[in-house]
Amino acid sequence: MEKFKAIKSSAVPLPAEDVDTDQIIPARFLKATTREGFGDNLFRDWRYNSDGTPKKDFILNNPVYAGDILVAGKNFGCGSSREHAAWALYDFGFRVVVSSFFADIFKGNALNNGLLPITVSPEILDEIFLAIESNPGAEFSVDLENQTLGLPVSGKKVSFDIDPYKKTCLLNGYDDLDYLLSLKDKIEQFERDRGVVI
Amino acid sequence: MGKTLFDKIWDAHVVSPVPGGMEVLYIDRHFIHEVTSPQAFDGLAERGLPVFRPAQTVATADHNVPTRDQHLPIREELSRFQVEKLTENCRKFGLELYGLGHPYQGIVHVIGPELGVTQPGMTIVCGDSHTSTHGAFGCIAFGIGTSQVEQVFATQCLLQSRPKRMRITVDGQLRPGVLSKDIILYIISRLTAGGGTGYFVEYAGSAIRSLSMEARMTICNMSIEMGARGGLIAPDQVTFDYLKGRKFSPQGADFDAATARWKTLFSDDDAVFDKEYNFDAADIEPMVTFGTNPGMGIKVTQSVPGAKPGENPATFGKALEYMGFESGESISGKKIQHVFIGSCTNSRIEDLRVVARFLKGKRKADHVTAMIVPGSQQVAAQAKEEGLAEIFQEAGFDFREPGCSACLGMNEDKIPQGEYCVSTSNRNFEGRQGPGARTILASPLTAAAAAVAGQVTDVRELMIA
Repeated sequence: MEKFKAIKSSAVPLPAEDVDTDQIIPARFLKATTREGFGDNLFRDWRYNSDGTPKKDFILNNPVYAGDILVAGKNFGCGSSREHAAWALYDFGFRVVVSSFFADIFKGNALNNGLLPITVSPEILDEIFLAIESNPGAEFSVDLENQTLGLPVSGKKVSFDIDPYKKTCLLNGYDDLDYLLSLKDKIEQFERDRGVVI
Repeated sequence: MGKTLFDKIWDAHVVSPVPGGMEVLYIDRHFIHEVTSPQAFDGLAERGLPVFRPAQTVATADHNVPTRDQHLPIREELSRFQVEKLTENCRKFGLELYGLGHPYQGIVHVIGPELGVTQPGMTIVCGDSHTSTHGAFGCIAFGIGTSQVEQVFATQCLLQSRPKRMRITVDGQLRPGVLSKDIILYIISRLTAGGGTGYFVEYAGSAIRSLSMEARMTICNMSIEMGARGGLIAPDQVTFDYLKGRKFSPQGADFDAATARWKTLFSDDDAVFDKEYNFDAADIEPMVTFGTNPGMGIKVTQSVPGAKPGENPATFGKALEYMGFESGESISGKKIQHVFIGSCTNSRIEDLRVVARFLKGKRKADHVTAMIVPGSQQVAAQAKEEGLAEIFQEAGFDFREPGCSACLGMNEDKIPQGEYCVSTSNRNFEGRQGPGARTILASPLTAAAAAVAGQVTDVRELMIA
C-alpha cells in the first residue's frame, strides 16, 4: 500500500444517497483476476451509455469537476463486499471519499487500500456540496496527520475521526497483514488454549 | 451485567486487543469462491506464504458459473479462466474445493449450512456480504473484502472493530401467505437501507423462534441490506435437529457434547443492546420493493409512496424513474416479464417446496419467462427426487443448475434492459440483474404468483382461489 500524503485538491460532487458497490463497479466487471484497471469501469452504467458513449450529464464526464476527492451522499458503498469498488475508485485517481456515513464493509476495504473515507456531519456535507457548486475549482485540504479536512471559502477546518491503528497504517503504507503476521505466536497460543483441531 | 449472544461469541474469539480499540479476531471457518479470491491467492504467492489453516477453508464455484450444461466447459472465456484459477489455487494451496461437477457444489451460503460446516458459536467469514446468512445458527458471520480474505488465508485472523449491538424482536403469529422473506423485507423497509450500519443484529421473539432453519437463514441473509455487518439468532432445538447427522456436524457423543455447549449460546436476560426494535408479526403482509434499494419496500396491497421526510427527493425520484413507477400508483397489477427464484436468500429445498405446492396445477403466464435456480447440487437432487422439478416444468418454469445466476447477472442469466423481474434475491440495485434491469424483490410465493398472474399480485388471492 502507498503512503497516504497530505492532499490539496478540488472535489467531485456526487450527492446521490445509498450509492451501492454495484454502481461503483458492476458485477460483470468482476471477472478480472488482478487488482488493476478497474478505474476504466468506475460507475460504468452511470458514466456510459450501452453503446459505450459517455453520458454527458454524469459528473465524471463533466470537465468542470475533477480532483482527488469524491464527495457523496449518505450510506456510500452499501451492498456487496466487493473490494473492487475501492480498487476502482483508487485506480480512477480518488484518494479520499467524503460522506455523512459509509457502509461498514466498504469503509474497511477503502482503508485497506489507501483510500481515506472521511465522515462528516450532514450539515458539513451540505456545506461542502454548496462550496463545490459555487466554485467547482475550489480546493479542499486533507491533513490525515492532524485529522482535519480544510474547506474552501470559509477556511473552516473540520476534524474527523479515524481509528489510531488505521491512521498509522495509512500514513506509513502498512497493511493489516504485516501486523497479523507479527502476531503468529499469539495466534498459535490462542489455538492451543482453546483446543482448535489442526 | 449480562452479555449478549454476540459478545459471548466475539469475546471467545479475541486473540489480542490492538492499541486504539480494534481487536484481532480468530476465524473458525472461511468460505471462498472464484470472484473475490484470486487476488488474495496472488498476494500469498507474492509473499511466499502458505494458507495457515487449510482445513478451515472451504471453496466452491458459484458466482460466475453457467446454470445450464455445467458438465461442458464454460463458454465465456473470462468466467472459465476465473473458475479454472480457483481450481488451480485450491490445488496449489491444499484447499477443499466443491467445484463444478462435485455433488456438494452450490451457492456458498447454501452449502455451508447443508454440509454442517456452519455450526453455532463459530466466527465465519467469506468474501461475500451475504455471509450474514450463517448467523441463523448463532454464529458471528460477516462479509469481507479480498485483502481480508488474504489475511484469513495467512493468519486465520482479522483486525476488527467491535460493532454495536441491536436486537430486533418479532413476536406473534405470521399470517397465511407471509414468509420469512416478507419479515425481513418488512424490517428493512422500516429501518431503511442504512439503518443497521455499525450494528450487529440479533433477531428474537416468538415469530422468529417459530421459523425453520432455512427460513431463519433468509432473515439473517438480508441483514446486510440494512447495512448491518451481520445478524444472528440464538440456536435452539430447531438448530440442533437441523445439524444432527450432517456431513461435517459432530457425530455421536461429540454431537451431544457440542449441543450442551451450544445451549449456552443466548443473550442473558439482563444483557443490554445499543438499540432495540419490536415488531408484531400480525402487521406483516406479503412485501415487494418498488425502488432501487431493499429499504424501498411496501406491502403488496399498498401504492408506490412518495419520498418520506428525511429521504433525499432527488435520489428517491431517480429510483422511481429507473423503475418506471409513479408515486400513488398501485404496485399490484404491474405487468412483469420475468420471474427469478433462486439466490442465497431463497433457493433452498423449503423454498422450492413452497413454490411447487403453489404451482401444482397452475401455469405461468405466456409472456413471462420463469426460472428456478436451486442453491446447490444437493437441493437440485432433492427437488428431482421429490418430484418438484416435474411440477416446475409442467408450470412452464425453467429448472436450472445451481449457482448465483440472475441475482447478480455475472453469468449469462441477465434480465434485459427496461424489463421487470420479480426476484427472490436480495438486491434491487440499478443494473443488478443486468444493465437497465428492473428488479422487484419478493418472497418465493409472491414471485411464483407473479409468474402465474403475469403481473405483481397478492399471492393470497390466488391461494384462496
